[in-house]
Amino acid sequence: MFYIYCPHCCEHREEEEFHAAGQAHIPRPLDPDACTDKEWGEYMYFRKNPRGIHHELWVHSAGCRKFFNITRDTQTYEIKEVYKIGEKPSVVANAVEVQNSHTQNSSKTPLENTLESQSGATL
Amino acid sequence: MSQRNRLQNGGRIDRSKSLTFTYNGKLLKGYAGDTLASALLANGVDIVGRSFKYSRPRGIVAAGAEEPNAIMQVGATEATQIPNVRATQQSLYDGLVAGTTNGWPSVETDLMEYVGKIGGKMMPPGFYYKTFMFPQSLWGTYESYIRKAAGLGRAPQDTDPDIYDKMNQHCDVMIVGAGPAGLVAALTAARAGARVIIADEQNEFGGSLLSSTETLDGKPAAEWIASVVQELASFDDVMMLTHSQVNGYHDHNFLTIQQHCTDQFADRAPNGQIAQRLHRVRAKWVVLATGAHERPLVYGNNDVPGCMVANAVSTYINRYGVAPGIDLVLMTSNDNAYRTALDWHDAGRNVVAVVDSRKNPQGTLVDAARERGISILVGSGVIEAHGSKRVTSVSIAPLNDAGDAVVGAIVKMKADTVATSGGWSPVIHLSCHTGARPVWNDAILGFTPGATVQKQLTAGAINGSFTTANALNEGLSAACEALSHLNLTKPDVSLPATQDIEEGEAMALFHIPHTKPTSKAPKQFVDYQNDVTAAGIELACREGFESIEHVKRYTAMGFGTDQGKLGNINGMAIAAKTLNQTIPQTGTTIFRPNYTPVTFGAIVGRDCGALFDPKRYTAMHSWHVEHGAKFEDVGLWKRPWYYPQGQETMQESLNRECLAVRESAGILDASTLGKIDIQGKDAREFLGRVYSNAWAKLAVGKCRYGLMCGEDGMVFDDGVTSCLAENHFLMTTTTGGAAHVLEWLEIYHQTEWPEMEVYFTSVTDHWATMTISGPNSRKLLEKLTDYDVSKDNMAFMDWKPMTVAGVPARVFRISFTGELSFEINVQANYGLHVWKALFEHGKAFNLTPYGTETMHILRAEKGFIIAGQDTDGSVHPFDLGMSWAVSMQKPFSFIGKRGMQREDCVRADRKQLVGLKTIDPNVVLPEGAQGVLDPKASIPMPMVGHVTSSYWSANLNRSVAMGFVKGGLDKMGERVFYPLVDGRVVEAEICSPVFLDPKGERQHV
Ligand SMILES: [Zn+2]
Repeated sequence: MFYIYCPHCCEHREEEEFHAAGQAHIPRPLDPDACTDKEWGEYMYFRKNPRGIHHELWVHSAGCRKFFNITRDTQTYEIKEVYKIGEKPSVVANAVEVQNSHTQNSSKTPLENTLESQSGATL
Repeated sequence: MSQRNRLQNGGRIDRSKSLTFTYNGKLLKGYAGDTLASALLANGVDIVGRSFKYSRPRGIVAAGAEEPNAIMQVGATEATQIPNVRATQQSLYDGLVAGTTNGWPSVETDLMEYVGKIGGKMMPPGFYYKTFMFPQSLWGTYESYIRKAAGLGRAPQDTDPDIYDKMNQHCDVMIVGAGPAGLVAALTAARAGARVIIADEQNEFGGSLLSSTETLDGKPAAEWIASVVQELASFDDVMMLTHSQVNGYHDHNFLTIQQHCTDQFADRAPNGQIAQRLHRVRAKWVVLATGAHERPLVYGNNDVPGCMVANAVSTYINRYGVAPGIDLVLMTSNDNAYRTALDWHDAGRNVVAVVDSRKNPQGTLVDAARERGISILVGSGVIEAHGSKRVTSVSIAPLNDAGDAVVGAIVKMKADTVATSGGWSPVIHLSCHTGARPVWNDAILGFTPGATVQKQLTAGAINGSFTTANALNEGLSAACEALSHLNLTKPDVSLPATQDIEEGEAMALFHIPHTKPTSKAPKQFVDYQNDVTAAGIELACREGFESIEHVKRYTAMGFGTDQGKLGNINGMAIAAKTLNQTIPQTGTTIFRPNYTPVTFGAIVGRDCGALFDPKRYTAMHSWHVEHGAKFEDVGLWKRPWYYPQGQETMQESLNRECLAVRESAGILDASTLGKIDIQGKDAREFLGRVYSNAWAKLAVGKCRYGLMCGEDGMVFDDGVTSCLAENHFLMTTTTGGAAHVLEWLEIYHQTEWPEMEVYFTSVTDHWATMTISGPNSRKLLEKLTDYDVSKDNMAFMDWKPMTVAGVPARVFRISFTGELSFEINVQANYGLHVWKALFEHGKAFNLTPYGTETMHILRAEKGFIIAGQDTDGSVHPFDLGMSWAVSMQKPFSFIGKRGMQREDCVRADRKQLVGLKTIDPNVVLPEGAQGVLDPKASIPMPMVGHVTSSYWSANLNRSVAMGFVKGGLDKMGERVFYPLVDGRVVEAEICSPVFLDPKGERQHV
């Protein structure tokens, strides 16, 4: 059972207070109507399942009800860091892995895309 | 039977406190301080069970958690039965009732032995897969046979009367095991001021020292233990747990400890006391000082009662004052086990011989044996034990240098006890629980804990540091390392002086050869509990199972409650040899939680009976109870289901309630509907994004129904939202969906649109909600308020603030029945008052309380959906025929819009919700029935959709139903057939789901 530091409550709490809400940094496309079915399908359903570093969205559901991100090693279950929505992770898998993970936009890595969009929404 | 194996002196038992216990119906005596196992051995009980597959008699082999055979059913009454109790771990108490788990009709004369001999042949390794795969129809027979034979124990049939508990703990250092390493670690951490928990499975602290004759500082080790325990007890921040098994080591240094609080003293916990407690520990640092288990050697008929692990024999002598036999043969591959021969000799019993596999044993203990005149046969092994219910003699033969072949004449010697030692296996189970792979260590011929990401340290025998001196040193250094991580100052701790014992090199030996090949030799057991033999493992390897994990599953080695404590290393060594590879190449299986079986009581704790799940009651609950309501669970809520009167059947109640609403007035407790207060300048825009319909123009004082969809376009909730003020709305959700909807709103606000100014607050519990419905509901409301509730002042889908029964209220003119309806919301603590006031004035209108079932029928007559009943996550608003609730023109692409426009979502032949009018009006379709267009089609018939809602309508005097039909919206008037399991085929006409008042005239009055 995880021991999770909530960046909003600023303390460690037991996993029972939290819910995992899936992979982090999946921004809703800004113009859904312009998406093809394939793009919309990617957005809705396609998620990474890495062995190793993974960025996850969690919510402190039985606490402050705030969402935040966790970088977790899916193999050792270590929580490498927690960070608020709109912030970027400082622990990332190596670049090759990121590029192979899935493709959204040609020139940038998906992570860069998602982070830009995420922080854009936050500002 | 007297305690014929009890020694006159010695041991940590209290001979002045005699205890009486019952074993297999016989009264026996033991002493305070005994375990059930030591008391049985004292009484000369040889057979404690029958083996799993072969039904062979089995005796006690070990003295601790690794005991494979003495698995007992304990309990004086039906309600206090505990299965799978190891006799070696059960403290003796006066009145204890224990029985063997298997053995039929008794362990002494086991009929199954004959069956077992057949069964044994029936059950080679992999028998589950091979023998029992076919025919399927015989599985029931096999299963009952296996269960009978396997001795799985028996669950109590009556309710456990005891109280179990859970406790959450936090500490700086959690120390697992209170042997020399653990005690020093605890003392060091405690002196530094750390918060310490130290737990040990035994009834007292001391670990290996309790069963050894070693001295510390020249005095019996017990004195040193007592001084440490006394000092530990003086610290406020040290929790000392005896009888406490650390069973699981989970992620992020979370450990579970099962503490036996009273079940070592009595069959039932004394009144008001907790029987067992599960401690859930979050530790900053963990020190594993779990020690080691001695490995028996594998030889022919090594399961005959009287064959034991060497150190267990010493433990029974030194700790419990029991010598479990007269004539001992000790077989060893190392010096350490010579202690057993010395202990046996010093207890006044006869050591027939020490059989040492090594050619030239040298060391302090070997010398001590020679000084006592004990005969030592070097370069030899016990290749076979003889006897059926007890060892009577052994065959000893010279072995070659590698220890894998017999190279000389066999000598037969009389003996009743064979103690063996192949070295020690560190108890690494907990270190594996979080995924660390153990590492083979050639120096100690065992696996030690692998690298881990946990904040975990190890000390003592778990590291292969088997001497007391090393254990003490490592306990100190592990504690100091933890203290430095915790930024605590390391205190002064001086370690006691240990005896200087020189040990010669041990030999790597696991499996003693026989003159016959393994497959033909007498059975050589590796895993007693699962009846896995050396021959079985060799067979598995020959059949192509090369991975040790596959060998494990094929042979069942290390399965079940045993978890390979005694036999795993021997099994791996035999597999490695058969596969012609090293043990590290073969690897090990991974130990999983729990280390020993945990009772359901400890797992459940207080979360049973009335505390199993929280219950939610509305403010009017007491009234419902007084008026005989039957309740149904909706989420955690207790909702009135219907209110039977007199001898009414359920259907009669529903008919009466349904008619009363449409004829005059009914009242429903609707408090459980989810209510979310939404405020902020962007609240309206937010609603437009999460609902499929338009919200821009909803005026203050108006209510609107909305559908909530996922990004896939599928409906997941619905409800009415009212505009309380320009930037203030009240959203209602389904009863079961409230929490999910709130989280849904939050995730979009927090992660997608944080720039919007909007706040969500759950107010479900703040309001009591009562819906009065029926043609006379306005007249009733008028009696309780001065407010003008006429049609002109308060139109359909209006809400108004007013005073009802003297209480401030929000009244919503919305309707889920299709009748004139008012939903009265008052502060929850006024709910019962207003409810009762309504009934005072309702007599004149035959005001009838109705429950959820009548609500369902009335809405079905009107074709209103229930999200979760008429939707299942695969239907969008158009499938429901609710295109009127979708506004594709909204500027923002609302959640669900893109999803419901996907190619698959716009197919013409999607399943669509329609009304179903049975041709025979008296037939009520079963919900869930699958429809077909051609009832004569061959099986499997193409199914076109299922019935989602179906009821008898008293108002219409016929059945009403809704369901999905492929392309149903274009099939009005066509027929659909429902073949039922009882052979009937119900024919229905596809129609509008609105069966009553299609123009909505009844609610617009
Ligand atoms: Zn929080």
